[in-house]
Amino acid sequence: MSLLPLRSRIPSGLKLLDWFLRGWTALVFIFLYVPIAVLAIYSFNSSRLNIVWENFTLHWYARLWADGPLIQAAKNSLLIAGVSTFISVVFGTVGAWLLHRYRFSLARSIQTLVAIPMVMPEILMGISLLILFATAGVSLGFTTVIIGHVTFCFPFVLVAVQARLQGLDPALEEAALDLGATPLQAFWYVIVPCLRPAIVAGALMAFTLSMDELIVTFFIRSAAATTLPIQVFGLARVGLNPMLNALSAIFIVATVAFVLFSNYLNKLSRR
Amino acid sequence: MLAAPIPPPLTLGDRRRPGWRAWALITPMVAWLLLFVIVPTAILFVYSFCERDEVGGVIFHFTWENYQRVLDPVYLLIFARSVGYAGLTTIICVIVGYPVAYYIARATEERRNRLLLLVMVPFWTSFLIRTYAWITILKQEGLLNGLLQSMHVTTGPLSLLYTPTAVVIGLVYAYLPFMILPIYGSAEKLDNALIEAAYDLGAGPLRAFSAVIVPLTMPGIAAGTLLVFVPAIGMFAITDLMGGAKVPMIGNVIQNQFLQARDWPFGAALGVVFMLMFAVTYGILQSRLARPKS
Repeated sequence: MSLLPLRSRIPSGLKLLDWFLRGWTALVFIFLYVPIAVLAIYSFNSSRLNIVWENFTLHWYARLWADGPLIQAAKNSLLIAGVSTFISVVFGTVGAWLLHRYRFSLARSIQTLVAIPMVMPEILMGISLLILFATAGVSLGFTTVIIGHVTFCFPFVLVAVQARLQGLDPALEEAALDLGATPLQAFWYVIVPCLRPAIVAGALMAFTLSMDELIVTFFIRSAAATTLPIQVFGLARVGLNPMLNALSAIFIVATVAFVLFSNYLNKLSRR
Repeated sequence: MLAAPIPPPLTLGDRRRPGWRAWALITPMVAWLLLFVIVPTAILFVYSFCERDEVGGVIFHFTWENYQRVLDPVYLLIFARSVGYAGLTTIICVIVGYPVAYYIARATEERRNRLLLLVMVPFWTSFLIRTYAWITILKQEGLLNGLLQSMHVTTGPLSLLYTPTAVVIGLVYAYLPFMILPIYGSAEKLDNALIEAAYDLGAGPLRAFSAVIVPLTMPGIAAGTLLVFVPAIGMFAITDLMGGAKVPMIGNVIQNQFLQARDWPFGAALGVVFMLMFAVTYGILQSRLARPKS
């Protein structure tokens, strides 16, 4: 273990410490995984109550599929996340490039401005956007939800792309410009392909953030523009519902796929 | 015929000066942030000094009344409770998460990547789903009660959900990955030589930990606190699901003022106070986010 110094004089407590850390880490991972694993396993339980395991069934998945409001909310969420991700990627990529490429006189203020939605408590963003829309007389609906989602999603894309830009050779763009490309062509044909792993990773992040967001959406949605997390929150408040287990299992599988794919992208961009 | 003089190539400095096109491209993004982050916050501030009419509308007439109401012991207690719960959650997350982050940071590269992936899955799984997992476990007819009864440890179901303990479990479970990752980030940068030096100078593992390792990983702890403490103060969904209506937090009260009671000016005043608390916390943590100088 790298914990142990390479010297011969190893303090006696160190080996013990290593075992402690190992055991502690194992326990924490058990704590983190047992609840979600149980949730997923019981989605195949035919008993309505969670306590006893009866039979294996896909009944709850079928019920989920036939549940009008939940499916509608899922469709709304996909639409909102899709549009928000697209706008976030455009904003984030162009913004990151401009801030990296040019020395704006207000660059530092702009950078701070970008960071605010990332650290601002969600409930404050929710209520202040609600007040804004009310003051401006904008009725709540898909547009307001998408505006909210873009506001907290695109800074994450921007930061992801900026990190990648830092490792980019400035000679690439210079070469393109010296060869007669316009700045726009250099951006589109040279820079964007280099940034692709970071852009895809940022897009995935934005999509996930949008799909999972509850608090901001809570304040700026309408009854028609209800998202999946809002619907799930409503159901979870009422009590146990095996359909929610099924839905959770689908979400967990999707999250695992997302994490593995992001990890793969990360490896690509480090190359 | 003489060739036309070739213009001198542009230097990098010339190219870095933004022209009108660059300004035109960056403007929408800046305008978006001003319009949907700064302006709403300003309006929130204005609303907090307004009065409400009988039907839940807002009258633009200056008053301190909303802030006087915030100082009512009922609300001060709720603020104190929210900070207390968030603080307790943060402390538990540091204690539970620190050894994990440290272990991952010191592991061999292959194992490190594998363990990091294991942290990423709960990190990215919706907190709603993870909270629901605990509801299925703690509910009266839930798993834990079923398990305890079938093992004859208890005869009747225990009330586990809708208790302060359940709220803390829910908050810790939701935010733990957000503490592990930043601490891992700073522990990974730890210079082994410094730790070895501490041992060579005769420090035991505990002393090396408290005098060398913890101060050097302070930026990670501060970043983790920012990601856990601040959102936990305003979180109303987890406290709602795990605590029922029994333990209202500041997030629940704000939510209630806006969506049920429809007293927006008072809700705005609560929001402004929360924002000040956020700013102060952020300011304190910001100074610790920077790497300490040796």
